[in-house]
Amino acid sequence: MAQDGGALRRVLAGLILAFLVLPAFVVFPVSLTPNRYLSLPSGGVSWQHWQTLFTDPVWLSGIRESVLIASLSTALALAAGTACAIGCWRLGSRLTDMVRSAMILPLMIPTIVYALGIYRFYVELDLIGTMLGVILAHAVTGLPYVVLTVTASLANLDPALERAARSLGASVPQTLTRVIVPNIIPGILSGGIFAFIHSWDELIIVIFIGGRELFTLPQLIWDGINENLDPAIAAVASALILFTLAVLLVELGLRRRRQFRAARDT
Amino acid sequence: MSAASTTFAAQPRRGFRGFYVLMLAPALVLLLGLYVLPLFGVVLISVTEPRPGLGNYELLLTSASVQRALWTTGRIAVLTTLITLILGYIVAYAMRMASEGAQRWMLFCVLFPFWISVLVRSFAWITLLRSEGVLNTALRGTGLIEEPLMLVRNETGVLIGMVHAMLPYAILTLYANMRGIDLRLMTAARGLGAGPVAAFLRVFLPMTRPGILGATVLVFIISLGFYVTPAILGGGRTLMIAEYVALQINETLRWGLGTMLATTLGISVMGIMWLMSRVLDVKRLFGPA
Repeated sequence: MAQDGGALRRVLAGLILAFLVLPAFVVFPVSLTPNRYLSLPSGGVSWQHWQTLFTDPVWLSGIRESVLIASLSTALALAAGTACAIGCWRLGSRLTDMVRSAMILPLMIPTIVYALGIYRFYVELDLIGTMLGVILAHAVTGLPYVVLTVTASLANLDPALERAARSLGASVPQTLTRVIVPNIIPGILSGGIFAFIHSWDELIIVIFIGGRELFTLPQLIWDGINENLDPAIAAVASALILFTLAVLLVELGLRRRRQFRAARDT
Repeated sequence: MSAASTTFAAQPRRGFRGFYVLMLAPALVLLLGLYVLPLFGVVLISVTEPRPGLGNYELLLTSASVQRALWTTGRIAVLTTLITLILGYIVAYAMRMASEGAQRWMLFCVLFPFWISVLVRSFAWITLLRSEGVLNTALRGTGLIEEPLMLVRNETGVLIGMVHAMLPYAILTLYANMRGIDLRLMTAARGLGAGPVAAFLRVFLPMTRPGILGATVLVFIISLGFYVTPAILGGGRTLMIAEYVALQINETLRWGLGTMLATTLGISVMGIMWLMSRVLDVKRLFGPA
């Protein structure tokens, strides 16, 4: 059965997947161009643009700010999101269904809408151009990723485990830290990865609330694209793609573990 | 507070509930204080600046430039959705029919671009497609074309970039739906005399309707609010709503107009989601891939 039209199907699917995967790789050769403009390397290969990335104070501070903002906003989103998902799971009522639905609002509403809102809000609070402001905004928009992955993990957890721990005398905090959390660690880590990537890549909110003091990596790339298409951007883009690849492999590993646990527990 | 502690003393079981309710608090405070409240601010500004009333919303009907942005947005979103759904369906179907190992590889090919930021992907497209870009240089080098092909800084560029950005959403949604379909039904249809085309059209395709609907809505609403890809690949010539809003705020400082359009965009998206939630489980649609 799979043979009928199977060849055509496979060729088409292969072409579409190539369209998906290949374009990004163009940045690797371009990052090695000896020229001062975006082009494929002609007449030799040069590492100067990679050097710029690791020596230029502007790019370095962009990397530093991005790492700091993404780490702290992820920590915040993880703490609040995991607690919320566990609370909803344990309480399980129509109200908590509403809470979980509300938590995915930041995924549904276009970012530009929120960017306007948070900008005006931060003008009032004097948080424009502050690290704290960006961290909070990224944490709240990163919440949905954590809530969704942790909720998915909890769906595979037997509620009887929690009752058993309690009837054996564990307090609620003990049940949480010794029974529930250890069982959903892969889900929590996945949520953290999603929240981190979300903040790490986020551009629109930062454009609005970053002021003239904060320049994260995406913002430097954005300015670079709009101003001079410096080949250093190709080096940054290459580094980011490699980084993404590494993180994706970790996440896929975690997911396999989660599925394994789900299979084992049922 | 004292009422809560007395209940705790009298009924320890309710105390446990109280603990779990408290666990919801940090996320709720964050969401309400730093997300919902600022959004209300947007709506409020849209009916108060420059003067109170619905004057800004009148512009939806009277302003030519606003209508042009709306029309551009609608047109691009519909075209993107259409192309993405067709291409996405082909891939999802091929994945469903492929062997376990091949499925894993194909899934990886979908997730990899999905995880690269749209900013980096748009930059890659610019590098490839601009008139002095890699593709045009190569084509001219081989003598296939004389004049560079105009592939970016116009609507073609926006469509290429948006379809590229949206394909993973469509494929993952469709594939999730197709995985639940028992392929033996196709075998049965063939065994009962249906040709391969009839088996696909009359057995497989109808069962993927929820997936098609979900993918269509998801791709369409995300397309409506897209900012980075159209801004970079459209080169300022193909103004979609999100970019138009940003221009109002950053260049002309017309907050009333900007927030009005943002509100309209937000309400449209919520409206579509609400309609959809009556047919499908929306939360599953947004499950991280």
